[in-house]
Amino acid sequence: MADPNRTVVVTDGSNDASTVSGAATGVQSSPKGEKGAGTDPSKMDQQTLAAVLQFLKNNKLKDAEAALRREAKLPDGNGDSSGSSRVATSGEVSSVLSAYESEGDLARYCEYYNSLSSFIESSLDAHKHELGCLLYPVFIHMYLQLVYNRHEKEAHKFFNRFSVEQEDWHQEDLRTLSTVKTREQMEGNDLMDTFRSSKFVLRMSRDSYQSLRRYLKQNEHRELLSILQDHLFIDVFDGVPRNREQVQATSGAMMGEARRDANKVKVLYGLPKEPDINVPLDDDDEGAEGEDKPKKKKQKKDLLLNKNKKADPNAPPPSRIPLPELKDADKLEKVLSWKEGLKRVPLGRENLPSICFYTLANAYQNVSAVGVSEDSSLLAAGFEDSNVRVWSLSPQRLRTMRNASELDQLDKEADDIVERMMDEKTAADSWLLHGHTGPVYATSFSPDREQLLTSSEDGTVRLWSLHTYSNLVVYKGHNYPVWDVQFSPTGYYFVSGGHDRVARLWGTDQFQPIRMFVGHYSDVTCIQYHPNSNYVATGSSDRTVRLWDVLNGNCVRVMTGHKAAVHTLAWSPDGRYLASAGVDKNVLLWDIAYGRLLAEMKGHTDPIYSLCFSREGSILASGGIDNTVKIWDVQKVFEEIAGSDDLTSLDRASLVEVGSLLLGSFQTKATPVLKLHFSHRNLLLGCGRYQHS
Amino acid sequence: MVSSAQNGGLNFDFRLLCVLLEFLAKTMQNMNDSHAPLPSQQSAETTSASGASASTSGERKFAQIPKESVKAHAESIGISEVSGDVSAMVAEDACYRLREVMQASCQFMRHAKRKRLTAEDFNRALRWSNVEPMYGHNSPDPMVFRPTKDAELYFYEDREINLTEFAMETILPRNPGETTVKAQWLVVEGRDKGAGSSPALSEELVQYYDQVTRAILGGNEQLIKTALADLRTNSRVSALLPYFVYLVGEVKSISHDLEALTRLLQTAQALIQNPHLYLGPYLKQLVASVMYCILEPLAASINPLNDHWALRDYAARLLAQICRSGCMSVEGLQKQLPLALQKVLVDPARPLCSHYGAVVGLTALGSKAVEEVLYPQLGTYWPFLQSWMEDRTISNAQAKADAHRVQGAILSAAELLLKTYQQSSSDPHAESSHESSPNQSPHHPDASDFTIGTFGHLLESSGTAGPNSGGHRRDKGPVPITQMYSDLYSFFGDSLAVRVGNGAPFVPAKEEESDQDVEPIIEAGSSAFPSVQVERVDLPPMLTFAGNGQPIDLSSMPSTSEATHTTGGRRTSKRRQSSKESPKSKRARRAPSMSDIFSLSRASQRKRDIVVNIRGGRQVGKKKTKPGALLGAELSRLCRRVPFVGKRKKVKTLPGKVLQPSMGMLL
Repeated sequence: MADPNRTVVVTDGSNDASTVSGAATGVQSSPKGEKGAGTDPSKMDQQTLAAVLQFLKNNKLKDAEAALRREAKLPDGNGDSSGSSRVATSGEVSSVLSAYESEGDLARYCEYYNSLSSFIESSLDAHKHELGCLLYPVFIHMYLQLVYNRHEKEAHKFFNRFSVEQEDWHQEDLRTLSTVKTREQMEGNDLMDTFRSSKFVLRMSRDSYQSLRRYLKQNEHRELLSILQDHLFIDVFDGVPRNREQVQATSGAMMGEARRDANKVKVLYGLPKEPDINVPLDDDDEGAEGEDKPKKKKQKKDLLLNKNKKADPNAPPPSRIPLPELKDADKLEKVLSWKEGLKRVPLGRENLPSICFYTLANAYQNVSAVGVSEDSSLLAAGFEDSNVRVWSLSPQRLRTMRNASELDQLDKEADDIVERMMDEKTAADSWLLHGHTGPVYATSFSPDREQLLTSSEDGTVRLWSLHTYSNLVVYKGHNYPVWDVQFSPTGYYFVSGGHDRVARLWGTDQFQPIRMFVGHYSDVTCIQYHPNSNYVATGSSDRTVRLWDVLNGNCVRVMTGHKAAVHTLAWSPDGRYLASAGVDKNVLLWDIAYGRLLAEMKGHTDPIYSLCFSREGSILASGGIDNTVKIWDVQKVFEEIAGSDDLTSLDRASLVEVGSLLLGSFQTKATPVLKLHFSHRNLLLGCGRYQHS
Repeated sequence: MVSSAQNGGLNFDFRLLCVLLEFLAKTMQNMNDSHAPLPSQQSAETTSASGASASTSGERKFAQIPKESVKAHAESIGISEVSGDVSAMVAEDACYRLREVMQASCQFMRHAKRKRLTAEDFNRALRWSNVEPMYGHNSPDPMVFRPTKDAELYFYEDREINLTEFAMETILPRNPGETTVKAQWLVVEGRDKGAGSSPALSEELVQYYDQVTRAILGGNEQLIKTALADLRTNSRVSALLPYFVYLVGEVKSISHDLEALTRLLQTAQALIQNPHLYLGPYLKQLVASVMYCILEPLAASINPLNDHWALRDYAARLLAQICRSGCMSVEGLQKQLPLALQKVLVDPARPLCSHYGAVVGLTALGSKAVEEVLYPQLGTYWPFLQSWMEDRTISNAQAKADAHRVQGAILSAAELLLKTYQQSSSDPHAESSHESSPNQSPHHPDASDFTIGTFGHLLESSGTAGPNSGGHRRDKGPVPITQMYSDLYSFFGDSLAVRVGNGAPFVPAKEEESDQDVEPIIEAGSSAFPSVQVERVDLPPMLTFAGNGQPIDLSSMPSTSEATHTTGGRRTSKRRQSSKESPKSKRARRAPSMSDIFSLSRASQRKRDIVVNIRGGRQVGKKKTKPGALLGAELSRLCRRVPFVGKRKKVKTLPGKVLQPSMGMLL
């Protein structure tokens, strides 16, 4: 914490074969431990029932779930988990809140808390840090019990006494909780809802867990036990207890760490092989460039195709997700971008990129989103006054299509029909798009640059045509501010996420979402489509990053470690690594194959709002409202882990110092860095609004 | 919202709440405007900060609404009877709602990617919690805080606006202008371009700058060495670049202090050598400073005891280094520099030390610059120089010594030129490449057979073109080496033969320097330009006093430099003494006097040309005026007009007026 440049790479130690069974024992362990101390059996049943329901729900066994509900005389299952519906009925709330019913004696709470805290303090160093994680959820629930039982003054005292002992990254939630001072306020508080409806997840080694059990047996603290039983989930694993750094690296999320079984599903992160494209594109070039060059080019092209033909074992089958068929224009686009890629400047720790910065001047209305098209030719900025403006970054000016009668007269068979369709008279440097009724928080160009998506505070996502510069579709569904939207790399699909905690997958021609990705405990703040279009990564203000499978809508990875809201994500070009950053000013690098944290990059002094990998993936650029662009040597991390890349070493992360990854830090005058983008040739483009003080 | 026990009071509670919210929002916005660290603002800011905020402050501070305020507000909207309990309840609930809204509004701030919470964010949060937003608080204009006249009461002025008048107003509100995108380089290949900006310097940087400048301008050798070494290698000083460049630009104000000038040039060199710096827009400023040291008559030049020549040499080498560093080609300075130097050279109004600077500058730029600029000018310049060298008056003794230095520098340049030619002709590899593209070859077809020896001057007689004024030669393209040699020989005589004819392959001086470090500048300077040594004589102070300045008849001038030396009196004897000291430097020291003999004999032949050329001024080559019949006296009078460093009054006016055009050309 003290050294801002400290970087940690997490590599996993070895683990025994009991990994798979570990999860099961973990689940069983916690009830077992508390049973000894005597709990209400009827409550247990309730819980088991809820667990079964959850299981059925997760596996989409809807009929069975409904049947069970009917038999158990339970209300309809929309409200009781995961937050798909934000407003719970009052009946439900009170039933869950009743879990807090107790005498609520301040002295006893203080005593219990102190006792637990001193037990942890006196336990062996090896267990201390794992057990230390208990204190925060216990504190929270003790406070809420006091509040619920109308001991407002005691609750206040309790809070003031112990809140300062909690870790720094919990303070934001504590601030929210501290405003909850009466039982009435507990209802309807988002964070409160989350705490009551979900269990706080802790992971600890079997040894640590045993020592906790011994302590609980020795001291019969009923309130403490019920809290542990009702509101905590202790995931026990076999192996060496984790040290302080390891515990800290993955803690920080709103509801504790990820359960180990959450990251067990195999993720097909590889890239499918490029389709064979036989477009007679080089014709005009060949004529111009003379005799020898085309041959060379063809050879190179063959090489490239061969490379891709080595089927990536981790790539999803091409038919896994139905993707739009490639049009001729798309193929042309692919060939062009491949050609551009040939002129790419190799970047690395010796070769830092050049940065071209696009400053938005005179943006009195404040820029809230900036997007750049994949080929770096278009720039879209969303403003707080609800407008969107599109600029051309290339010499080609922006034109609209001719009107219908003119279009009718065109020869539709002409080769340059697309060009002819455009009205030269309308050429302009930029176009303004009106339509939203709230600040625009995200813009995303379609891969073919014919469409633009924007999301706004008004709860809608809008699709715009870049041929007519008009609004085509309004996608309604979020009903709350939509923080981010992004096109899939193949077009047609797009994902949006917002304040309603749900990420939705849409097709451009459907007004209803195709998939709902439900599971975040708080707003979905940012979205990145995986390069192979099969997965979607989301970042949230619950301080987790999740990965969703587009095929079935399941959450396949939960990654904890951020200490504040995540605001930006970036995929490495090979699809295996994910970088995330946000309000906690740290950039975290994840290995999606195992859902583990690889490195932590510290250095920014204000929230980070943009990340981008270079085209070959060797360096990572980050930018934020501290007006700096920082360049990180992620290649170093990849090289470091290349040796220790075996499946058996996943559960216990051990931290290895690799020194600072920072390669360069470049400051703008007074322009926050809202967007970073690497062009095909590895020129780094930055965007922001000039902020005069 | 409020529990069922108070259900009866819900309606008016809600109204009160709205008013309270408005009240608090107003306060909040005011605080936002004035940045006052009041409790509610504080809580908002800490909420907006990351989770890693300080946890040391024990008691959290929140906006608290006393129940008295609730009562007061209730009365203001016409509800007179509110019980204490109810108002306490309302106050408590309003506080909670307010905090909740504040936390929600922070989310809007974060997604708008701002650091500052605005009233707009607050209104959005209100809207999403189904409360009517408050209108009229979004103006970016600051609110005016005014006292009342009668009571000690302060209030925010909220003037009424007459909408009719407003609508009929002919003056339209100012168009804020269209939002535009401006592209610029922030970083070029990992080097900070500075973005044309000077970001606020951190405390450490300011300290660093302080320490380094103090070390550089202080006298401690060790400190200077350390500071410069760090400046050469430090990768984080890019933010300080403009300040260091400005510091180097200070050469203009400390031209009396040779030591400091040298240090500043060393600073410039360190900046150039630092691989982490992208000089970009500052390069021109640096070059201007270096050029100043090369060309301008420095205040330090007045005292002949000051070795400002070495400084000029050093600056010239620095210039060469800048040229070689490669960043010049972009800026087009490569072409401008020789032109700027030429301009100084052809200006007879410039003091001799400026001419010296121009010559060493051209030499440093390489043989190409010498050939293209100096060589064609030589025919014009030589007689002018000679007139100074032959001056016997005591008052001009200093100028005469200067002239000898210039001559030495020109000789060095000529050596460089000829040896480059010689090398290219004796190099078989170069030869073959020449054959493949004959147009590029500047040398005579016979040149490969031709060996320059001590007798090479015999070829002079067979030279096709006589020693004409150099101007028109430029048009003729490449000059054959034989002709060039004979031309040069006509000026220098045997001293040239001695230098060039030793057959040793020429190693360009600049190559050696590139490996040399900064520290031994003065020494390096003298070794690079051996001719400098010739004149490095400790002149007695008596030579600086101004004489009677009587015009001297040129025709009556003795034709040997021996005579000059005898009139020089003590000075000559001193030179001889010193020449005995080291046999190694003997030849070099001998050189000028030998050349004097030759050049003087030629000067008498071309007396008419001289006059014309001087009158022709800068356009000497193109516009050849009719040779006028000028007397020697007139010529010497013309020459006398030339200000030189020995006379302070004239010098003083120079930097401002003459410097401008030449630098303007550069920048």
